Amino acid sequence: MAEKLLMKGNEAIAEAAIRSGCRFFFGYPITPQTEISEYMAKNMPKVNGLCLQAESEVAAINMVLGASAAGARVLTSSSSPGVSLKSEGISYLVGSDLPCVIVNVQRGGPGLGGIQPAQSDYNQATKGLGHGDQHIIVLAPASVQEMATLTGEAFDLADIYRTPVMLLADGALGQMMEPVDFEEKPHREIPPKDWACTGHGGKRKPNIINSLYIEPNDLERTVVERYKRYALIEEKEVKYEEFLTDDAEIVVVAYGITARIVKTAVKAARAKGIKAGLFRPITLYPFPSKQLDAIADREHVKAFLSVEMNMGQMVNDIKVAINCKKHVSHFGRTGGVIPTPDEILENIEKVGGAN
Amino acid sequence: MVVFQKPHALTDTPFHYCPGCTHGIVHRLVAEAIDDLGVEGDTIGIAPVGCSVFAYNYFNCDMIEAPHGRAPAVATGVKRVHPSKIVFTYQGDGDLAAIGTAETVHVGARGENITIIFINNAIYGMTGGQMAPTTLLDQVTTTSPYGRKKEIQGMPVKVCEMLATLDGVAYAERVSVDSVKNVLAAKKAVKKAFEIQQKGLGLSIVEVLSTCPTNWGLSPLKAVEWLRENMMPYYPLGVYKDVTKEGEQK
Amino acid sequence: MSAILIAGFGGQGVLFAGKQLALAGMKMDKQVSFIPSYGPEMRGGTSNCSVNIDDEPIGSPVVTRPEILLVLNLPSFEKFESKVVPGGTMIVNSSLVHVKSQRADIHAYYIPATELADQNGLSGLANVIMLGKMLKATGIFEFDYFRACLLASAPKSRPQLGEMNAKALEIGYNYEG
Repeated sequence: MAEKLLMKGNEAIAEAAIRSGCRFFFGYPITPQTEISEYMAKNMPKVNGLCLQAESEVAAINMVLGASAAGARVLTSSSSPGVSLKSEGISYLVGSDLPCVIVNVQRGGPGLGGIQPAQSDYNQATKGLGHGDQHIIVLAPASVQEMATLTGEAFDLADIYRTPVMLLADGALGQMMEPVDFEEKPHREIPPKDWACTGHGGKRKPNIINSLYIEPNDLERTVVERYKRYALIEEKEVKYEEFLTDDAEIVVVAYGITARIVKTAVKAARAKGIKAGLFRPITLYPFPSKQLDAIADREHVKAFLSVEMNMGQMVNDIKVAINCKKHVSHFGRTGGVIPTPDEILENIEKVGGAN
Repeated sequence: MVVFQKPHALTDTPFHYCPGCTHGIVHRLVAEAIDDLGVEGDTIGIAPVGCSVFAYNYFNCDMIEAPHGRAPAVATGVKRVHPSKIVFTYQGDGDLAAIGTAETVHVGARGENITIIFINNAIYGMTGGQMAPTTLLDQVTTTSPYGRKKEIQGMPVKVCEMLATLDGVAYAERVSVDSVKNVLAAKKAVKKAFEIQQKGLGLSIVEVLSTCPTNWGLSPLKAVEWLRENMMPYYPLGVYKDVTKEGEQK
Repeated sequence: MSAILIAGFGGQGVLFAGKQLALAGMKMDKQVSFIPSYGPEMRGGTSNCSVNIDDEPIGSPVVTRPEILLVLNLPSFEKFESKVVPGGTMIVNSSLVHVKSQRADIHAYYIPATELADQNGLSGLANVIMLGKMLKATGIFEFDYFRACLLASAPKSRPQLGEMNAKALEIGYNYEG
């Protein structure tokens, strides 16, 4: 085992990216993710990489588009308002089938909002990152260790499926320090980037990176093809964690930082004799719908409780996943407020009592 | 006749441009420069939204289509990954001087080693004749139906003059394709811009005064006259910056 | 399980103290987390950090009900004293906090850390003096072990910082008041 380092989540992402072979970072400062830029500025030159501070989030994501089109592994990071600015470029990246990794260290919104941790970009990340029929893979780490391992995973997924991948974190995960171990991740076969614009050198036909299809039938065909790829991703790449769900009557569904707090609350509920469990989606897109549905089919499961740091964005995905066959309710804090284990426990008890 | 031979750097795809539009001429000039320098296999072109959005079908080098206004940022990403390749953008006036002004100014500020081919025809062509940042005073467009007014829409943007003030800009020249003589001068400018990039001196930009007969509502011939009488006085031709000839510039 | 909250003014070394505790826990192969308050309060206002040291994986990194509370100034005392769990421990910098806890269900210790630091030429190390007192009061880490961790975490270019921290720790640990 490699030596453990005590690192901030933001720094762990940056270090993991470098270790994953990323040599290009384009960003723009915004709290609470700025440590990623700062870490890159300090450490990219040491590996002959580039950290370039762009004139805007818009420019940064388009530099990512260029570097990705040129065949490089490339990262950009931001926080909620900055991600909104990037959404134009993300849609073009999807439309051009270009891989890259985008980090959102979420803060409260809407508007300038606040700078404290939130999960209120869930819908944006999973459903609305840019115009058009499109999705990107969304991974939700819940610890500093996962900030590192999922960053490595994100680069592989991006290259394998030729898609942007978002790491959806939050201000708490970005700012907190935990031990992290940059062990070698499992090797995955990465297809060659023979589509990249590198200059054809007279040895092949020109490569074209493009998202424009002026004929409706052509555009439809590319979108349908992409959705087949999404189906493949759903089949092969869904990730989740279950904690004490085997005999659970109340299944709490939570991701990211919230899932950890739920774990504490679940343990407290168990101590009180309430059979609670946690289901933690790690891929938010694709959502682990089948897996949740299977849990809903268990007779002892009475109800689901979605806990999020927003006004109830994932709760609808749970209802759809289980086709409303069990009751689903939501408890959330928003605006930068982190829920406490006590108030989550209170809601578990409430759900238990109501069923 | 050699004069009409198609440059190798252009594909066989027929241009979609309107009759009398000068995009075709400028495409040819870019392709000729690529041929002359023998860099087709080392060139990556970027065309954002505008009439030239289909440029990826016309050039025989690797091509990327970029979001509206963002070609300089995309080019930055490409060039930083492949510093030894030739990277050019091909942008219109709305793209470069309105929605993409920040990206344009900052590639200049950073002195990115790329070449910008800037088509200034004082109007939005692709969307059908709306006001551009370079639309002249009193010029009628569909979104300035009473003519552009200083009090309302402000003054047209002089891109070469503005960019020449930036230390990272190595070469800025305004040319025109209204006559054989000016086309030859434009050809030299485009080639020089690529050479400056090869030497790694900084940003090179060639602004090409162009016609849009369709949206100007003029015949191709009248359009050329209009360009000479109206655009050239406000947008004087010439070299605005050339670091290879410091001290000789205007 | 130790849920620790350290609070004071920005510039009092609150975050440094928290990070040292997390590092010492990590080196013992404990589960640890450290999370600072961030935002405008970093720039001169109040500052606090949460540290968890546990055998089990840590749930919430944010300590809302500390088992150990270190308060370096009065606003932090007023904000957090009531939050300490019954049976918990509170270490108070009595140089800057001139009130006493009225709670009978917690262990409160008072140490004039700022004055002790100034008197010993360790200006700015009231935070580490507080850590020394905390070690003595709670036994969370062996003194020698934690002292070694402090020395090891000093930058190699400035080993004297480690020595000063070790001295401050000792002063706090040995303070009887």
